[in-house]
Amino acid sequence: MLFELSEVSLIRGDRRVLDSVSAAIPAGATAIVGPSGAGKSTLLRLLNRLADPDAGTITYRGRPLAEYEPLALRREVSLVPQLPALLEGTVESNLAYAAGLAGKELAAEGCLRLAGLDPDFALRDVAKLSVGEQQRAMLARALAQEPVVLLLDEPTSALDHSARDAIEATLAELRRELEISIVLVSHDPEQARRLGDWVVRLEQGRAIEAGPIEEMMA
Amino acid sequence: MLAAAISYWQKADLERDIGIATVRSFVQLTAVGYAIKLIFEADTLWLVFALLAVMVVFGALTARSRAKKVPGAFWPLLIALALAGATTLGLVVALGVFEPTARYLVPVGGMVIGNAMTASAVALNRLGDEMADSRAKIEATLALGATAQQAAAPFVRRALRSGMITLVDSTKTTGLIFFPGTMVGMLLAGASPTDAVRLQLVLLYALLGSVAIAGLVATALAYRNFFTSAQQLRELESG
Repeated sequence: MLFELSEVSLIRGDRRVLDSVSAAIPAGATAIVGPSGAGKSTLLRLLNRLADPDAGTITYRGRPLAEYEPLALRREVSLVPQLPALLEGTVESNLAYAAGLAGKELAAEGCLRLAGLDPDFALRDVAKLSVGEQQRAMLARALAQEPVVLLLDEPTSALDHSARDAIEATLAELRRELEISIVLVSHDPEQARRLGDWVVRLEQGRAIEAGPIEEMMA
Repeated sequence: MLAAAISYWQKADLERDIGIATVRSFVQLTAVGYAIKLIFEADTLWLVFALLAVMVVFGALTARSRAKKVPGAFWPLLIALALAGATTLGLVVALGVFEPTARYLVPVGGMVIGNAMTASAVALNRLGDEMADSRAKIEATLALGATAQQAAAPFVRRALRSGMITLVDSTKTTGLIFFPGTMVGMLLAGASPTDAVRLQLVLLYALLGSVAIAGLVATALAYRNFFTSAQQLRELESG
C-alpha cells in the first residue's frame, strides 16, 4: 500500500475534523470523495505532513509518516492546493524555485506541456494568468520536482466545464506518461469515477468506505 | 486643549485619548525626570543599566500590544530591543562619541530604545498581517518542501521594510522638512548650529542602526512562532 491510515483523528478547536479514520490508499489513482466539510482536504494535508494527526498513525510505503523528514517527504509527495498560490514572478521562476528545492534540473518546457500549458507560458507573469492557467502552472510547478505522488486538492473546483475537462485530460495523460500515483480530493463523484481507480469516501470526518472504484460506485 | 477641541469639532472621537495622553505624558516625564536626576547624582553605571533594562522591558510590552497577531511576540521584542540598545550604545561609546556616563547613556539610550520599539512594533504588526493574509501562499510553498524560513522570507522582508521605512524617510528629509528634536533642543539651549548638527547626525546614524537591528532581530525571531518544528504553519484550518 502507498498510504495506510489507522485510527487517525485530528481535532481543531472543539471540532473533530477527522474521527478515527482507517483506510488504505494503494498506488495508482485514488479519489477521496465526500461532502463539503467531510475532512477531505485535511486528510490530504496529513499525507505530506502539512499537519500531523492528534491520534492514530499513517504509514507511507510501510514506514510511519512521522519518521520521514517533512521537507524531503514533501518534495517526494507533492501537494497542489485547492486555490492557486504561486509566488510573485514568472511561471518559469516558480518552476525553477520548486525544482531547486527538490535538487532537480529544471525542464520547464516538459513540465508545462505535461500540465497542458504552451511553452510560451514560461515567461508569463503569474499575476496575469487566469485561474485555470494558474491551476495548471501550480501543477507544472509540482511536476518540476519530479514527485512520486501527487496530492491534488479539488484541482478543478474553481474552473468552468471546458477548463475542468482539460485538466482532467491532463491528469489522465500524466498517469499514462509518468509512473506517478495520484491522490485526488473531489466533491464530485463523477469526477472520481473518471479519474480514480480506488475511492475513499468520507462523511463528517469518518471513513465510510474504501475500495476499488468499480465496486464502490457501481 | 486645541487638539481636543479640533477632535470634538471634527467628531474624531479622540478627546478621551488626547486627555489620557496629556496627563500620562506629564506624570511619566515628571517621574522620569526625577529618576534621571537621582541617577545623574548617583553617577553609577549600574543604575543606568537598570533604567535601560526597565525601558527595554516596557518597550517590549508596549510593542507587543501592537503585534497581537504574532504569537509569543514578547520575547523576540525583548531580545530585539536589548540587542539594539546594547549594540548601538556599545558602538557609540567604543568609538568615543559619548563618554560612558549617566549624562550621555540615559538620554541616548532612551532615544535608541524608543525608536527601536516603534520600528519593531510596526515590523511585527505588518508581519502578523502578512502571515494572516498569506496563509495559502505560505502553505503552498511549504508543500513544495520549502523550509519555514524560505516560505516566510517574502513576508519577513516586507515587515522589516515597514519597520525601517519611517525613520529612513524622515532621515532623508531631515533639515529640509523638519528639524529633529535633539538639534532643536540644543539650538534653544544656545548651542552653536554646527555643534547641534554634528550631534544630531551622530544620533540619527545611531538610531538608523538600532532600528535596523531591532527590526531584523524581531522579525527573524518572531516569524518562527508561526511554525511548528515540523515546518508546519500553526493553527491550520480544516477542510
